[in-house]
Amino acid sequence: MAKNIITVDDSASVRQMVSFTLKGAGYGVVEAGDGKEALAKLTGNKVDMVITDLNMPNMNGIELIKALRANPLYKFVPIVLLTTESQDAKKQEGRAAGATGWIVKPFKPDQLLSVVKKVLG
Amino acid sequence: MDVHAEAFKEEAYELLAELETSLLELEERPDDSEVVGRVFRAMHTIKGSGAMFGFDAVSEFTHEVETAFDRVREGFIQVTPELISLTLQARDKILDLLDNGGDGQDAEARQIVKDFQRICCCRESCQTETSAPKTTGSGPSPASGSRTYRIRFKPVPSLFVSGSNPLLLLAELQEMGESTVIAHLDTIPMLDEYVPEECYTFWDIILTTDKDENGIRDVFIFVEDLCELRIDVIYEEGDFEEHEEYKRLGEILIERGDISAEALNEIIGQQQRLGEKLVQSRTVEQSRIDAALLEQEHIKKIREKAQPKAKAASSIRVDSTRLDNLVDLVGELVTVQARLTQKADGAQDPDLLLIAEEVERLTTELRDNTMSIRMLPIGSTFSKFRRLVRDLSRDLGKEIEMTTEGAETELDKTVIDQLNDPLVHIIRNSLDHGIESPQARLAAGKGKGGTVHLSARHSGAFVLIEIRDDGAGLDPEKLRAKAVSKGLIAADADLSKEECYALILAAGFSTAEKVTDVSGRGVGMDVVKRSIDNLRGEIGIHSELGVGTTITLKLPLTLAIIDGLLVKISADFFVIPLSMVDECIELTREEAFLAKKRSMMTFRNDIFSYINLRDSFAISGEPPAIERVVLANVKGERIGFGVDQVIGQHQTVIKTLSNVYKDVSGISGATILGDGTVALVLDVNQLVQDNTHGA
Repeated sequence: MAKNIITVDDSASVRQMVSFTLKGAGYGVVEAGDGKEALAKLTGNKVDMVITDLNMPNMNGIELIKALRANPLYKFVPIVLLTTESQDAKKQEGRAAGATGWIVKPFKPDQLLSVVKKVLG
Repeated sequence: MDVHAEAFKEEAYELLAELETSLLELEERPDDSEVVGRVFRAMHTIKGSGAMFGFDAVSEFTHEVETAFDRVREGFIQVTPELISLTLQARDKILDLLDNGGDGQDAEARQIVKDFQRICCCRESCQTETSAPKTTGSGPSPASGSRTYRIRFKPVPSLFVSGSNPLLLLAELQEMGESTVIAHLDTIPMLDEYVPEECYTFWDIILTTDKDENGIRDVFIFVEDLCELRIDVIYEEGDFEEHEEYKRLGEILIERGDISAEALNEIIGQQQRLGEKLVQSRTVEQSRIDAALLEQEHIKKIREKAQPKAKAASSIRVDSTRLDNLVDLVGELVTVQARLTQKADGAQDPDLLLIAEEVERLTTELRDNTMSIRMLPIGSTFSKFRRLVRDLSRDLGKEIEMTTEGAETELDKTVIDQLNDPLVHIIRNSLDHGIESPQARLAAGKGKGGTVHLSARHSGAFVLIEIRDDGAGLDPEKLRAKAVSKGLIAADADLSKEECYALILAAGFSTAEKVTDVSGRGVGMDVVKRSIDNLRGEIGIHSELGVGTTITLKLPLTLAIIDGLLVKISADFFVIPLSMVDECIELTREEAFLAKKRSMMTFRNDIFSYINLRDSFAISGEPPAIERVVLANVKGERIGFGVDQVIGQHQTVIKTLSNVYKDVSGISGATILGDGTVALVLDVNQLVQDNTHGA
């Protein structure tokens, strides 16, 4: 069965790129514009992996990770944070919240896929 | 990517418009952190996405603005009218870059950047920050030749909570080169202290790869702070002379820090095998010793591998009759060994038993080795068909492509030799009857060209060979009608879809409207079935009308020696191929009586067909009070065979029966037991068929 991944980002073009890349590699993709929307879309729908941006309106990436880790369904699901190189401290904060890994923007489609493979198998 | 670039541009325009509004708002309320956040996010998105879609100039330029607002957000700099007008200026520049391209290096852009840098004066901190995940692969040590590393990966117990899966990391390492992975389980606590959400295991990985240390560290990049990671180079190509021994066990343990040198010396003084002694004295856990020994083994393997380069891989061609003789001799040896084991078991002599066990181990190894000599990849057979498909499809005026999969799957040479003809028949049938003409295909809404897919793969003690076409498929009704008209089945016969498909295997059956040169003379599929039966194989047919047909051949890996389950009825012995046996159960006399009457039995609330072998073979005598039933899996169905006694597993050297007996139904061969008795090898498929037809 195809694995499902949710991509959470307020930038539609990043979402489009992530989703295009992942779909091309045979994953199912759910999109959400911010943390709140992601949580809403994840209730009742289990995904196998979460890729989330850090800075988003309404609910940012860190808050989203904390919320997800508090949910038994998502306690062990890989969560990858999209960051920029200027946010090293944020990476630590993300790790503390329970992020599995991170991808530094800008990234190329194959970099994204190799990270997905690394944490999702 | 163009679509994405367009999407990004559109998004950027929106963001820039929003940015403008936000900036103007900010001018009125400089302390509103929410607006600052909005400005930052807009810049951040433009920068991040920009770089991803090839707008590097935009991204680089925006970075400076973003950095400034990051400082504002953190409260290091104040929002001033100067900052706002500068940002507005920058916004226009970004728009310009988006519309007109440019490298962002013109005087105007540079001036803006400079002003920003002056305002935030944070240049040094920006420059020192590095992007961790992009750790460059080219470290100080150039990756020349392969090296062997010892990696100790000891995750913290809370590893899982971050969503990390250590097994994936190990798999990634294994992809980098030859590796030996040792899991240390001794830190796993007893059940009552065990928290299932914590990771107790740690790993030693011996990896031979041409990547350098940074490359290995990259694998662990996400868990760097969640584990203790030690990477040591333990062997470099050409590191030591050919005959020099690799490090001794004690040295490895000290290097790994599993034991101190003093403790080791003390123990070595006691003259005993070091490993055993260390464990006995509880200085070192058993798993650490095993890991160190595996390291020795790994290096040995790597070195052996490196050496033949000089000597060149050598192989010799041997007459296949010599190989056949060897197999026969091994078969004899297996028989003698069985006798020895039996004798030793009865003799109550521990010394003899020890020898018998040793012989048994050696025989098994010898058997496996001999068998593996006879194994050939099926690929050569596959490639022969390429030509066949090409020529045939041209003759038939069809466009057919052949694809293959699993060409490296190995099969006994005898099996491969005997497989050629049946495969030719099946492929011809697929090409001729299966795949439609280009016109018919187009009319059916399919692509013009058809495909025949050949695949081979292992499944337990069997090899599955699949011939799949995307042709018209089999029509069960048509097959049925044909069979009735040919008098093969009664007009009112009740056949399942699968049984209809199986009709094409019956002798004297041909569905093609016209007899062609290629196939369709009605001989062929029944010959195929006979050949496959001879190989103790099975044929499975799946088809979907309009979609295609798949024919699956299930063949035993080897013909000469199999693992069997030895059973006894009255005084006679029989062997059931172990690969078919699911389990053995017992029935009381009443249950057995009922089962016999109904040819059915129930077990664990399931109903199975039941065949009493005593009755099947008309063996006289009184059955025992408790009957044993061997549950076998026959073509996906479970069937119980009633026997008197189950003796146990037996290495069966199959001897063919002489010509006089070769048509005996239900028996596929014979074998000689340890005490010289003959046991008959049951042809379970045939037995089931005979019994269901008789019923």
